[in-house]
Amino acid sequence: MFSYCTDPASLEGIAWLSCYLTTGKHFAFYGSFGTVAILLLITAPLALAFGFAGAIAARSSFLPVRWLGKGYTAMVRGVPDIIFFLFVPIALDQAFEWTRHQVLCPDWDQPVRQGSDFVVCNAAKLPLSSAPQWLHEGYGFALAVLAFSVVFGAFAANVLFGVMRAVPRGQLETAEAYGMTPRQSFWRVLVPQMWVYALPGLSNLWMILVKATPLLFLLGVEDIVYWARELGGSKTSAYAYPHPDWRLYYFLGLLVFYLMLTKVSEVVLGHLTRRLTHGQATAGGEAQRRAAA
Amino acid sequence: MSCWETIADYGLRSIGIGERLLPRSDFTLCQQFVLIGSGMIWNIYFGVLALAFGFFMSVTVALGKGAQSPWLRKPAEWFIFLFRGSPLFIQFFLAYEALVLLPRAGIDILGITIETSWTTRAWAGALFVLFLNTSAYAGEIFYGALRSVPKGDIEAADAYGMTGWTRFRRITFPTMLRLAWPAYTNEAIFLFHATALVFFSGFPAWQQRGDALYYANYFADKTFNPFVAYPIAAFYFICLTLLLIGLFGLINRRLNRHLPAERRKSMKLRPQLIR
Repeated sequence: MFSYCTDPASLEGIAWLSCYLTTGKHFAFYGSFGTVAILLLITAPLALAFGFAGAIAARSSFLPVRWLGKGYTAMVRGVPDIIFFLFVPIALDQAFEWTRHQVLCPDWDQPVRQGSDFVVCNAAKLPLSSAPQWLHEGYGFALAVLAFSVVFGAFAANVLFGVMRAVPRGQLETAEAYGMTPRQSFWRVLVPQMWVYALPGLSNLWMILVKATPLLFLLGVEDIVYWARELGGSKTSAYAYPHPDWRLYYFLGLLVFYLMLTKVSEVVLGHLTRRLTHGQATAGGEAQRRAAA
Repeated sequence: MSCWETIADYGLRSIGIGERLLPRSDFTLCQQFVLIGSGMIWNIYFGVLALAFGFFMSVTVALGKGAQSPWLRKPAEWFIFLFRGSPLFIQFFLAYEALVLLPRAGIDILGITIETSWTTRAWAGALFVLFLNTSAYAGEIFYGALRSVPKGDIEAADAYGMTGWTRFRRITFPTMLRLAWPAYTNEAIFLFHATALVFFSGFPAWQQRGDALYYANYFADKTFNPFVAYPIAAFYFICLTLLLIGLFGLINRRLNRHLPAERRKSMKLRPQLIR
């Protein structure tokens, strides 16, 4: 990057380090922090939407839908999330390809599963084998995001299902007394009031989501863990910047990054909780009122 | 090959007893069930030992965080922050890289050579990380419970003339444990789930001796079919979770046995999911 970096072998000390830390691969490493941020920013709202749908389904008066919702909320209860992270992307990938296979190649006569192979016709492959590299990576990342959203949606559904029952019964009875239909009282009374009860659970969920992001590495995405291992591994003199095994320092960097991320989240969420409890008929709101008085 | 033979061959494969080579093709359902079940030995090993050692450490940490003196409080606070604020996955990687850097030949202390190579193996290194991790999480739980021990209980103990260690052992500690127990059950469940991460996080599975998820992943990779192996692993974990809830529920009953019936909080069958 700098003009004096043309011959790394002749450099020493700070100059060497400044050149080392600005190589193309290091910029890919810095960029992968963006990958984590994108994952968080897409997954959080998507998981919330999944969770909301799951919670509504679990409250449905129509039995099959209720079973579906209950099953979705129960799925994360006894099974480690990492099993889902390994399972969901492959399962989704195969489900997509199989569906496309059925639609695009109806006259294909061989079975899809042949021994230990999963064979679909060429037109059904996702992404197509002729697709550019970025599309392959993007598809992998999208599957990862979907896996995260499904799993954390189930967590969120648990939180929201409990929270919908925490809204005082009197509020809903009042709504009914005013002649609101169940749909109206749900959207106009229950949903606006439930967020303050949901906040502790959801902030906890955000913390878990943040701490689950390094699992992206297991899904084959080139994230910060991938680059930390890649760059930290010992480099022989065949490389421009030879160095011994520095993975420990790279992982220390990641540790500090995550500690800062969780600390900042904690402060922001604490602030948000105080804002939302203001004026609410809860113990927290009451405590705020007393402190001010 | 009948299923009984498979059990004899692979039932203890994860600890190195039985057939040396893993099945390579034509996997039967029986093989998958047996081998993944055999891997559960490691999950239970990590979970039970980390929980057992971690219990004492976490009470110590909770007391440290509740202490007046900053010399005790600050280290406990930092310990909890460090392990609760960072992903377990990164902790595993970091610990492994740090342990690899220990001198290969062992450390010489006063003429006695202390072997170090075993620390990089999963049974020791990963257990150590899990132990510290659960100590921090449970420490925070116990700290919260310590702060909500009813004032009246302590005052009653004072009135009886109990002080110091006696008061802690007979009043503070049992009450703290009782209050913390539901949350601690939740933490135990999460710890057992976290053991599935061990062999995906730097610690190599020596001679293909891995945990349940390691074998499930092996089968899913070989057959390219995730719909059999992962549900089997999930099934085992669900059984383990139910067993844990049952066991911890029994302890909970014992901890609450002195309370009048209506104040006894029975363990909810719907544990919190949030760590």
